Amino acid sequence: MFSTPQIVAALVRLEVTHVVSVPDSTIGPWESGIAAAGIRLIRVCREGEAWAVAMGLHLGGATPVVMIQCTGLFESGDALRNVLHDWQVPIFAIIGYRSYLNQETLPGDTCLVFTEPVLDAWKVDYRLLTRPDQADQIVEHALACRAAGRAGAIVVAEGKA
Amino acid sequence: MSGMSGRSAVEVVRRWRGPGDVVITTMGTARDWMAGPMTPLDVVLVPSSMGQATSLGLGIALAQPTRRVVVLNGDGSLLMNLGSLVTIAAAGADNLVVVVFANGVYEITGAQPVPGVGVVDWVAMAGAAGIRSAERIETLEAWEREAPRVLAGPGPTLVSLTIEPEAALAGVGPRSPGPAAARGRALREALTGG
Repeated sequence: MFSTPQIVAALVRLEVTHVVSVPDSTIGPWESGIAAAGIRLIRVCREGEAWAVAMGLHLGGATPVVMIQCTGLFESGDALRNVLHDWQVPIFAIIGYRSYLNQETLPGDTCLVFTEPVLDAWKVDYRLLTRPDQADQIVEHALACRAAGRAGAIVVAEGKA
Repeated sequence: MSGMSGRSAVEVVRRWRGPGDVVITTMGTARDWMAGPMTPLDVVLVPSSMGQATSLGLGIALAQPTRRVVVLNGDGSLLMNLGSLVTIAAAGADNLVVVVFANGVYEITGAQPVPGVGVVDWVAMAGAAGIRSAERIETLEAWEREAPRVLAGPGPTLVSLTIEPEAALAGVGPRSPGPAAARGRALREALTGG
């Protein structure tokens, strides 16, 4: 969906210092461009780590973004709850929405059933982007969340598992 | 048994932490840490998502590379986030110290045994994960002697303390010292100067 230059441009405009990530087949190819832009990539072993690492970065004065697939969102619910709601740390995330654009690899992928309800359940202020020409909304939504002092997310439609 | 109590081991850290060091406590260590004097650089991770203290410590350590970050973690908590050892090593956080209070039980829920008690080797596990410095300390006397070196040496570091569970503390959890969001904002101000 989004090209590496589109993602990197958004992160640079947001002055992101660290990307805390577990890759998938959409997010992974962005990594080299992110690193080339001078943004530190922190690879975690599971997505639950990502929220607490990002919390520490934020408390230490950095500007992190969590970048994971929706399956990692499912995995990391309690960590997200603690960071975003107990501690109210305004972490922004980019979340890949597996199988949204097609289900050739995983017919009937239940990510389509649960991703948005889970985001709603965790009270994450998200915006779903499904077309490459919506890249400007990454920055727009992130800045709106930042100005409000709240967490938020962009959900990026993915075309394959 | 070593005779080293969690409370006495915590007090050794309090005595030897540097003035600019961040100390993160959670679960039983938070309960014991709050029994003594606190500083603006103390992070009482209560409420928590169990296991996340090491990940929080990594984030602070990366954002504040000139400070030492010391995480006082239980063995049950670390079991819940074992991959964080690999993440810490891979990130090269040489200013991060993880102190494992290895008492073999989930103390605050009533001292039920953790999985693998008596079998899990934290030093071997840390070394296999790529943690630069890993060692086990089994007595309070040794911890009092070695803590200045362990806490100040190049990391990332894991030190496993052999802690004797205290029956009187079984089921005694930490109470939140106040609204978490306000404490987080205060810590950020302390770390960044505003």
